[in-house]
Amino acid sequence: MIGPLGKDLLGLAPLSAEQIRLVLDTAVPFREISERQIKKVPTLRGMTIVNLFFEASTRTRISFEFAEKRLSADTVNVAVAGSSVSKGETLVDTARNLEAMKIDMVVIRHPASGAAQFLAERIESNVINAGDGTNEHPTQGLLDLLTLRDRFGDLTGRRICIVGDVLHSRVARSNIWGLTKLGAEVAVCGPRSLLPNAIGEMGVTVFDRVEAAIEWADALNVLRLQLERMEAGYIPSLREYNRVFGITRARLERAPRDLCILHPGPMNRGVEIDSDVADGPHSVILHQVTNGVAVRMAVLYLLAGGKPELAEAAKKGAS
Amino acid sequence: MSKKPSTVLDARALDRTLRRMADQILELNAGTEGLILIGIQRRGVQLAERLGRIIEEREGVTVPRGALDITLYRDDLQTVGPRPVVGATHLPWTLDAQNVVIVDDVLYTGRTVRAALDELADFGRPARIALAVLIDRGGRELPIHADIVGRTITVASGERVDVFVAELDGHDDVVIASRDED
Repeated sequence: MIGPLGKDLLGLAPLSAEQIRLVLDTAVPFREISERQIKKVPTLRGMTIVNLFFEASTRTRISFEFAEKRLSADTVNVAVAGSSVSKGETLVDTARNLEAMKIDMVVIRHPASGAAQFLAERIESNVINAGDGTNEHPTQGLLDLLTLRDRFGDLTGRRICIVGDVLHSRVARSNIWGLTKLGAEVAVCGPRSLLPNAIGEMGVTVFDRVEAAIEWADALNVLRLQLERMEAGYIPSLREYNRVFGITRARLERAPRDLCILHPGPMNRGVEIDSDVADGPHSVILHQVTNGVAVRMAVLYLLAGGKPELAEAAKKGAS
Repeated sequence: MSKKPSTVLDARALDRTLRRMADQILELNAGTEGLILIGIQRRGVQLAERLGRIIEEREGVTVPRGALDITLYRDDLQTVGPRPVVGATHLPWTLDAQNVVIVDDVLYTGRTVRAALDELADFGRPARIALAVLIDRGGRELPIHADIVGRTITVASGERVDVFVAELDGHDDVVIASRDED
């Protein structure tokens, strides 16, 4: 099925600004469904969706599952973390098996960049990337965009700084693609050891000092310090990181304007963000979580809809 | 060659028709007790609002109004890809034991009304649901009929009925146009 987003959602890099706006606009009415007593509509009734998670995830998987169930899809969760099969072979086998089981969509998270595209090229079902290596996490990017749009309206000219471990972050890449397409100015801030060498080529400003970033920005998207990847000695210590780059209340109080604070979660409290910031008035972190379900419902809906050749017949029978 | 659009109702006729429909709603409901008007997005919402205002003028009572978007309850999702716009549903009161009147602009196949009934069932259990439409153009594909009809017209399958309302379109009228003019 080919809908207005194409067959798959693999990242924000391939989407146009118009397609991104379509997802955000569609997500807004979906929020209302989660407020209803019966939080369910029959839109995807009869469709089967497989959530294929090769990496641990709580928030994203649950958010997708809520979105799927609220649209009445049948869902199957496959957790394959810790599989000893090599990645390429696993995906090829998985693709063949999924096709044989006549499913409609796959939501895939995988530690290898490009895994979602690899799968999408081999199966007819719609594929949604729920995070692939350090490449992209498009639905997180979209929910961040929706949250920022809720706060600021039009994002043109708004200054958003992504703070922290940009090197390992697929969220950062999706945010940079999405924000720049919607006209925002984007910066990154973090230790040089945690910034990609070619980050400047993505059209972003680089701040070495978090104080300068705070002075410049309208919003900070604070990234999780990926502790599991810190064995290589990217930073001297967690305490040192918090002292130099941590988002603290004291730093926010010196900001020239009311900053909006985002975090994709899960948070390392006291490392990249202090608790009184995460739970404070600047934080929109829980709003991000709410928007996550709505954005994923919108993506599922937009991918599921669409046989243009039949649209004319539908139009004739619209009422 | 397509025919020129022909006007079914001009602004004055549309207003007169709505006033008659408002009377019929009051008669059907025996007053305003428990009455809720729910317009189907999009133009049904504006028509429900106008019917509500007319009833207020007549009875001196405010009648609750709501909006229902049936997009997510349609049975043709896979065919609407190029224009999958989801509108807002706004039903701020309980529907339980109330007398709901669904308002829409055109009744054609009946599929929109079926979807609206499904959606309303997710919000509560009204005592009664009635259907009021401005135009009944025939051509039903489901066993659905309106309780209150503004105007019944015969329209060829190659033609469409366009309802224009000032709130959205800048003018009030109802015209029959050829589908070639889409």
